[in-house]
Amino acid sequence: MHDVHDFEDVKIPIGPQHPALKEPESFLISLRGEKITASSVRLGYNHRGIEKACEERTYTQGLYLIERICGICSHSHSTCFVQAVEEIAGIEITARAKYLRTLIGELERIHSHLLWLGVAGHEIGFDTLLMYTWRDREVVMDLLATLTGNRVNYGINTVGGVRRDISHKQKEEVLKAIDILEERTKYYIDLAKGETTLIKRLQGVGVLSHEDAEKLDAVGPTARASGIERDVRKDDPYAAYGELDFKVISVNSCDVYGRTLVRLGELMESFSLVRQVIRKIPDGSILVKSARKVPAGEAVSRYEAPRGEDLHYVRANGTEKPDRVKVRAPTLANIQSVSKMLEDRYLADMPIVIAAIDPCFSCTDRLVAVRDTKNKGSNTVVWETIRLQGIEWYKNKGIDFTSLNEKLTKLS
Amino acid sequence: MLKALFHILIFPGLSFLFVFGFFAEYVDRKLYARLQNRIGPPWFQPLADFIKLISKQEIIPEEADNNVFKLMPLLALAASSVAILYIPISGERSVFSFNGDVIVVLYLLTIPTFAYFLGGWYSRSVYSMIGAVRSLTQLFAYEVPLFLCILASAMLADTWSLSGIAAFYNQHIGYWFCNIIGFVVALICLLGKLEKVPFDIPEAETEIVAGSFTEYNGRLLAFIRMSFNVEMVVGASLLAAVFLPFGLNLAPAGVLICYLIQVLIIIVAISFLRTLFARLRLDQMINFCWKYLAPLAFLQVLFNLTLKVVLPR
Amino acid sequence: MSRPGKITRLLIQSLFKKPATVNYPAKRSGMPEGFRGKLKFNPQMCIGCKMCMRDCPSGAIEIRKIGEKQFEAEVNLAKCIYCGQCVDSCLKHALEITAEFELAKLDPAQLKVILNVVNKDSLEE
Repeated sequence: MHDVHDFEDVKIPIGPQHPALKEPESFLISLRGEKITASSVRLGYNHRGIEKACEERTYTQGLYLIERICGICSHSHSTCFVQAVEEIAGIEITARAKYLRTLIGELERIHSHLLWLGVAGHEIGFDTLLMYTWRDREVVMDLLATLTGNRVNYGINTVGGVRRDISHKQKEEVLKAIDILEERTKYYIDLAKGETTLIKRLQGVGVLSHEDAEKLDAVGPTARASGIERDVRKDDPYAAYGELDFKVISVNSCDVYGRTLVRLGELMESFSLVRQVIRKIPDGSILVKSARKVPAGEAVSRYEAPRGEDLHYVRANGTEKPDRVKVRAPTLANIQSVSKMLEDRYLADMPIVIAAIDPCFSCTDRLVAVRDTKNKGSNTVVWETIRLQGIEWYKNKGIDFTSLNEKLTKLS
Repeated sequence: MLKALFHILIFPGLSFLFVFGFFAEYVDRKLYARLQNRIGPPWFQPLADFIKLISKQEIIPEEADNNVFKLMPLLALAASSVAILYIPISGERSVFSFNGDVIVVLYLLTIPTFAYFLGGWYSRSVYSMIGAVRSLTQLFAYEVPLFLCILASAMLADTWSLSGIAAFYNQHIGYWFCNIIGFVVALICLLGKLEKVPFDIPEAETEIVAGSFTEYNGRLLAFIRMSFNVEMVVGASLLAAVFLPFGLNLAPAGVLICYLIQVLIIIVAISFLRTLFARLRLDQMINFCWKYLAPLAFLQVLFNLTLKVVLPR
Repeated sequence: MSRPGKITRLLIQSLFKKPATVNYPAKRSGMPEGFRGKLKFNPQMCIGCKMCMRDCPSGAIEIRKIGEKQFEAEVNLAKCIYCGQCVDSCLKHALEITAEFELAKLDPAQLKVILNVVNKDSLEE
């Protein structure tokens, strides 16, 4: 990647606030005419301190916080976290719970991929596609609301299993919805293969060669569109995936069009997975009782989120609260490849190239780097210093928490 | 004098254009929504948007050229409003008519694009500048085929006055079908002029925010939106007058109704077309215009020239 | 085979179909059964163990003693994340979730709701 400052071209900022991005993130792009000559990414606008906050909360409380890392793949994060905790605590969840986690996971994948297709349509100015895919996405959203009690933050996971069972009537509802969605998805596959303007805007755009994808460690559909058959569900089966039959979709076109086809293909696989889950789901309890305290130990858990491999690391110290939680969201693995994909492309391709990795910046932002622009260089700051700085900053603004803090210390 | 004022302010001037502009916007948005299986806005939505924008505080960027920034929306609105006076809508003759007014109308319709360009350029925002350059680049792609199509039709009618063209085709309805290619090409070019999908490249939301209009807000943005509405009505009226004039020899009320129907047909066609496609890239758009539209327009010219020689008058 | 405007047929079909969207405040489609909305409190069942307070991820619920074996629950609707963990944590089923979800208020003070069926006056928010 070239440094942006080497060029004398027009520099345009894409973000932190920009219509192409649904979340704050900054891309600085150098343009010569309509051509992109250099680009750079800056992360960290959406850092919320979730990892640190998890250390202050019990495992049960932390689970709901982890779920809110991402608004789309909330189940991915919470399953990934809860799997790590269960591994440390040595809890083996029931088969029914495993199947239910898989079911919600696949329904989430369906809603995420349909959402992506709409966003991709919007980024290339095809708003009609956006309206139709999002209309059809409502089917699966309603289904998720029926099954779990919420449209986005399902809250179905808990340490030791799941919180809600599925009834016979709900099973039928799922199958009915899947039939509708499958028919619609077939239409979208047809459309993606047949609409000229769509193909013209997607084919050959954002090329990430097989070698580059390997080198930059791309994950998920981004990697699979570059011919890398990498899928945690297959490579390291979790939940019920070991007992289910599915294909890993991959294509060799290496471009945005390939990523579209991979996602559409995965939708079809997800439908078949959901049907298998409904057919095979065993009877039994859904929850294994567990102690509030988790014994000391550490674990890494992997999960194939709709955007790619999600990775959580949890270290326990024998209390009710974790010692350390670390999240590596799929977008962090993919974001490096964006600069590569943007090389020598047109400005018009920028939104769709960024959108094609299905970025989720709030997932990605795990740290903030504050750069001292006056005396160049960086230094590490401990948490306590930031806390004290924060108190000082608020004091200068006329908000004083000293008395409140004293009360709190008295209470505890 | 009073009559001229009536024409300028009431009919077919500003008042009529504003009302019809709002109506056209409503039809466009409602149909767009219904085609996408949505409910769409209520009938007063365009007016409500306009009032909201008018009542907002006006912010002009410090870097921008104050005068040009303020003047350009009004210039765009004025230029497209003047054009309607030369288009026959309430009878065989337009309000003002002379031999050669086709050219005047075509150029008057080009002025808004230049106004957007200048307004965008002088707002000094990178998005506006890129949008401004794009709108000018696009102009060179669609303007030639549009001119050729309209001139081909004028050639066949053997007159350079819009009233004359309308009158000719009104009498010889059979000749309509000679101009079908021209009509389709002109309709597609109109999409480019109105900056609608697939040619909304100059204001591509996801790329350059709003292109030339990124820095515009409040009253000035309201005027820009109004001028787009007026441009849509005038552009549609121009195509209606040139390619599908009918019912011009009815009673005045009948003529007006026929005119409204013609314009609505074209507006419906525009909003239908803009629902169908993804936005093209600038290079693809220019390629498309010069590779397909311009040759087709030339074909129309050649065809009409031949026809003129072959057919006895 | 690719051609421009492949979506045309779908568009024309939808033109004659009922719109998929709903004119929201005028027409409501409601939420499915079991939707996690506003909490409901049954004070007769509460034993004041405060397990709900302990497990609440956002500190939105507070159980207070108001008399002999009588408790009231104060829920801050602005803080509540509607996860329903308190319902799971409650040993005596004193808490329930309802499908009520339109909870926005203009005054932030009104978002603090005291739930107590015994005391009729404070039930009305």
